[in-house]
Amino acid sequence: MSAKLLIKGGRIIDPSQGLDQIADLLIEAGRVESIGSEPGSAGVPPAEELEIFDASGLIVAPGFIDLHVHLREPGEEYKETITSGAAAAIAGGFTSICSMPNTDPVNDNASVTRFIIEKAREAGLARVYPIGAITRGSNGEELAEMAAMKEAGAVAVSDDGQPVMNGQVMRHAMEYARDHGLVVVDHCQDLDLAAGGVMNEGRYSTLLGLRGMSGAAEASHVARDILLAELTGARVHIAHISTAASVETVRRAKQRGVAVTCELTPHHLALTDAAVASFDTSTKMNPPLRSEEDRAALIEAARDGTIDAIATDHAPHHLDEKMLEYDRAPSGVIGLETALGVALTVLHHSSGVSVSRIVEMLTIGPARAFSLSAGTLAAGSPADLTIFDSQREWTVDPRQFKSKSRNTPFAGWKLRGQVSATFVAGRRVLG
Amino acid sequence: MIGVQWFAVFRAIRCRPSTGHRPPTTGHQPRATGHRPPIKLAFTRKDLLGIRELSVEEIETILDSAGSFKEISLRSIKKVPTLRGKTIINFFFESSTRTRTSFEIAAKRLSADTINISASKSSVTKGESLIDTARNLQAMAPDAIVIRHPSPGVPHQLARMVDASIINGGDGAHEHPTQALLDAFTIREHKGRIAGLQVAIIGDIMHSRVARSNTHLLTKLGAHVRIAGPRTLIPPHYQSIIEESEGSLTVCDHIEEAITGSDVVMMLRIQRERMSAAFFPSLKEYAIEYGLTLRRLELAASDCIVMHPGPINRGIEISSEVVDGAHSLILDQVSNGVAVRMAVLFLLVGIES
Repeated sequence: MSAKLLIKGGRIIDPSQGLDQIADLLIEAGRVESIGSEPGSAGVPPAEELEIFDASGLIVAPGFIDLHVHLREPGEEYKETITSGAAAAIAGGFTSICSMPNTDPVNDNASVTRFIIEKAREAGLARVYPIGAITRGSNGEELAEMAAMKEAGAVAVSDDGQPVMNGQVMRHAMEYARDHGLVVVDHCQDLDLAAGGVMNEGRYSTLLGLRGMSGAAEASHVARDILLAELTGARVHIAHISTAASVETVRRAKQRGVAVTCELTPHHLALTDAAVASFDTSTKMNPPLRSEEDRAALIEAARDGTIDAIATDHAPHHLDEKMLEYDRAPSGVIGLETALGVALTVLHHSSGVSVSRIVEMLTIGPARAFSLSAGTLAAGSPADLTIFDSQREWTVDPRQFKSKSRNTPFAGWKLRGQVSATFVAGRRVLG
Repeated sequence: MIGVQWFAVFRAIRCRPSTGHRPPTTGHQPRATGHRPPIKLAFTRKDLLGIRELSVEEIETILDSAGSFKEISLRSIKKVPTLRGKTIINFFFESSTRTRTSFEIAAKRLSADTINISASKSSVTKGESLIDTARNLQAMAPDAIVIRHPSPGVPHQLARMVDASIINGGDGAHEHPTQALLDAFTIREHKGRIAGLQVAIIGDIMHSRVARSNTHLLTKLGAHVRIAGPRTLIPPHYQSIIEESEGSLTVCDHIEEAITGSDVVMMLRIQRERMSAAFFPSLKEYAIEYGLTLRRLELAASDCIVMHPGPINRGIEISSEVVDGAHSLILDQVSNGVAVRMAVLFLLVGIES
């Protein structure tokens, strides 16, 4: 590999700099050197010293960031490993992923955090940022050692999947996390109100006789967290927001200046609870697929800037585990390798949201939410790049996935928009 | 006679010659079907999973066919060779006496071989996945599997995995198609029609597969269904479950509103364990507020019929006077269950493709 790399003739979209233009991008020693519209302009070395990537017709963006993945290692390596998850990330154009702490053991202490970072370094693919637990064992009772985990490399704290039901514990978690500069990420769900539901409460849960969880179970928890964020001055990030009421609650909070951010998943953008009528367990996730009204509200929130990040909630499960009765099957779907295609298909091609806005939710939006030094092509930044074709049509074939699991609701879907190449620190890892 | 024409049609179209099938040939003619055109063979499904996906024609095919089968149970020798050599597995993951027995009798009166498997939750749910259950069943080469399971959708999942016809014998709170069919058969037998009738369904709608299947079936056939019960036990979106149909669905605020002028009053069983989840305060209060008493029944049409899918909690959702009273068709429902299930087994398994 030459020390210098020229990404030539692509449409560079970098929302962190308000950039959307056809230009060349020069990379040197793993960092962005310069962006210039004139090929051969000053600063570009002679051809023999230069590796060239022809990006004409393609979009060149900062490497994508996924704030919400489950890598399953340590503990459930038969579903996914840090290496296979990082490979799936690269295949999907994600150069940075944040791994949720619900492993076995839970990432609630610095040694597990260090283990994850070490494994990710060995894999040498995507950058992996561990998220530590809020409470020990994610039991919702005693605080986990946030400062030590931060020191070891954790970027946020969350008890994802196990909502912190005790408001006072959450208050203390926010106060403590604030002191240590950590974002608190919450899976918002009032478990009492959710009442053991396995899908969204609505027409389809009623038709199917499956226990429903109301949208209010999420929105009331979102409202609680926002009030606590105001009370404590902490930064709160709402994971996988899924209802119209939750989105409206976040929108109003942002308007009055609360430090709240939120993410949404591609599957909540693309699917509704109508898909559950097949009793196909690849439509089971938590939060569940919602109504068409909720889906429309999510698209509007993505358009108007209420949504900060598109995050996959990539949740690998083995085929055997998913092949159960609908109400007994585990929740979760994988998403790293379909996220861009689904986001472009649903948000851009079908709903007219600009590619630039979508790139923002995949790059600088999530970077700001977790204060990651990523998501930009500003000169001097690490040269993490995702190069994609926003028009290319492809059919989802789970057999081609790099992930160890196959639990996707998008098998057989025709998507428009596909990753062409992924670079991490100037090194081409895909394409 | 309608019955004769039916089976002549079945034999002519579907049965191999010289298989020795001896269809019922007596002159029983259900009152309700007297005005119907005799030939309607609109059933080509592999499985009976629910009422929601059935067309009006398919429902009428089953009901008309059941009318012919009912006669067999009135004979001194209650057996025809129609399903001789066929194997039917009754696979029940939930305790059930009525439905399982009904299916078993139906199969035996058609000369099928029946096997009952009762899977207690503890022995099956640990370890064996649905796919293995399905493969094991498949390996025994049954012609039909009647399945009852506490999880909604299991019959649908199994139907995709096995060649046998799957008959949903009740899946969680989802559907119980043969119950709705026997209820419709019973109503039609006594009222001569379903279209235009006012039918009240009262009680725990939320957890009731019977309510759902009946709501689909009765509205498809043009009845006006009224739902009532404690608001805690009526799903907030219940109104939205029906497709466009001749009939209608109304969720009532009070039981009296539902009963007034009704031609049919269908009561649902209330389960004690609902109290612990704070759905209602006590059985005593439930009986007073939502129970069907003779006094409440006076609000209904004078010739109204009272139904209950069983098992009954006497004195709770329905008073003994009503259960044993002149309007009650609760035991007719049980008798008709056998005929309807014979029809379903015949239509799914007895017709050679």
